Amino acid sequence: MSIIKIPTPLRPYTDGKSKVTVGGGSVSEALASLVEQHPSLKPHLYSDENEIRPFVNVFIGKDNIKALDGYNTAIEEDAELMIIPSIAGG
Amino acid sequence: MLAELTHEEILRYSRHLLIPEVGLDGQKRLKNSSVLLIGTGGLGSPAALYLAAAGIGRIGLVDFDVVDPSNLQRQIIHGTSTVNHLKVESARSRMLDLNPDIQVEIHNQPFTSDNAFSIAAEYDLLIDGTDNFPTRYLTNDVCVLLGKPNVYGSIYRFDGQASVFYARKGPCYRCLFPEPPPPGLVPSCAEGGVLGVLPGTIGTIQATEAIKVLLGIGEPLIGKLLLYNALEMSFEYVNLQKNPNCKICGQNPEITQLIDYEEFCGIPGYDHNERAGGYGWDISAVELSTMMANGTIPFLLDVREPHELQISAIDGAVNIPLGALAARLSELDSSRETIVICKAGTRSARALELLLSAGFKRTKNLQGGINAWARDVDPGLPQY
Repeated sequence: MSIIKIPTPLRPYTDGKSKVTVGGGSVSEALASLVEQHPSLKPHLYSDENEIRPFVNVFIGKDNIKALDGYNTAIEEDAELMIIPSIAGG
Repeated sequence: MLAELTHEEILRYSRHLLIPEVGLDGQKRLKNSSVLLIGTGGLGSPAALYLAAAGIGRIGLVDFDVVDPSNLQRQIIHGTSTVNHLKVESARSRMLDLNPDIQVEIHNQPFTSDNAFSIAAEYDLLIDGTDNFPTRYLTNDVCVLLGKPNVYGSIYRFDGQASVFYARKGPCYRCLFPEPPPPGLVPSCAEGGVLGVLPGTIGTIQATEAIKVLLGIGEPLIGKLLLYNALEMSFEYVNLQKNPNCKICGQNPEITQLIDYEEFCGIPGYDHNERAGGYGWDISAVELSTMMANGTIPFLLDVREPHELQISAIDGAVNIPLGALAARLSELDSSRETIVICKAGTRSARALELLLSAGFKRTKNLQGGINAWARDVDPGLPQY
């Protein structure tokens, strides 16, 4: 099991939770586990074509998965993933 | 040759002159530097004040708004005495009071593809203190195409982000966010709120980064994104990489000139006021009031967060927050006429879309939200 940190703008869709424990051995499986537990989060992370939206940035530790193996990046047990939101307030 | 400091300036900046990393040469460099601030709101307020105090010789301000009472919870460069004044004039006045030795140039207009190059070309560095995605992408693209650093900051509720996007030395904003979220998916501060002191923290970090870049000292946030959370009082950094496929700073850039940023962000005719409209499914507060006075009582669905109903509410309205609406559709009667309400009409417009797509055809959006109801129907209620 690993943990996904949920950014504030997405917490209304995770019952206010800031961290969600997820299953899966890769980033895509972890995200699938996340939206399975919190279905109302799905439109915020996945397009209508069921693809992960391009503005969704997922980091493992300090590294963007785009710099690793993308959504196929393997995750270790107890890994901490972080979704970094696109926010525009100023 | 850099302009010299006067005796008065040496006294004013003495605490800088004592720091070896700044010193007399650094202070002269600041005096001969120029910064363009996009936005004089939450982020722009502390950034402008600190840059003025630091003695940046020429500071440009871009904003087309006027000071509103609801700005003053966080936009500390303005004051009660400047409510309804142009923000750029209000800010300039305060900055020149703080430091009359600098030049403050005001651009009382929206920052657009038509004027961005000509305004930005005159400055060494830009600070992104805007409140919307189109201007953020515009600011980024201007900086990439002109080869200038973009000191980025962004805020929401208790969360802040900061970075220095400088395509000549690292990633740009598009490397991290190639595309904006669809309109409405990410709430604005006007919609979701923001802790007043939060832009103070992030705007001050932007000013710090700007000064570091101008002086060439320290380690600016190039290739790093700072993530700040005020509730946890946590500062985290993540690494950012340049995207070789970036459409503007990648190896084969597709974007070589400024584009239509409203269209790119899916916001035709972007309106800086929080207002939805345009769906053809609106009802005005007066129309709703007349309807109810005539005995037709629709189902009033308030999609704001529960704590907002303590500020103002229409009697009889049922509260289902927007985030929970999709999961609670079974509580609604699709055969009954339903009016959706929020603060100013943006969230209710999203709720309306959701309801219409779920088959709730007898649904309308209260135009202007409960603030319009307070203004036009029930002045006993406050606007917020």
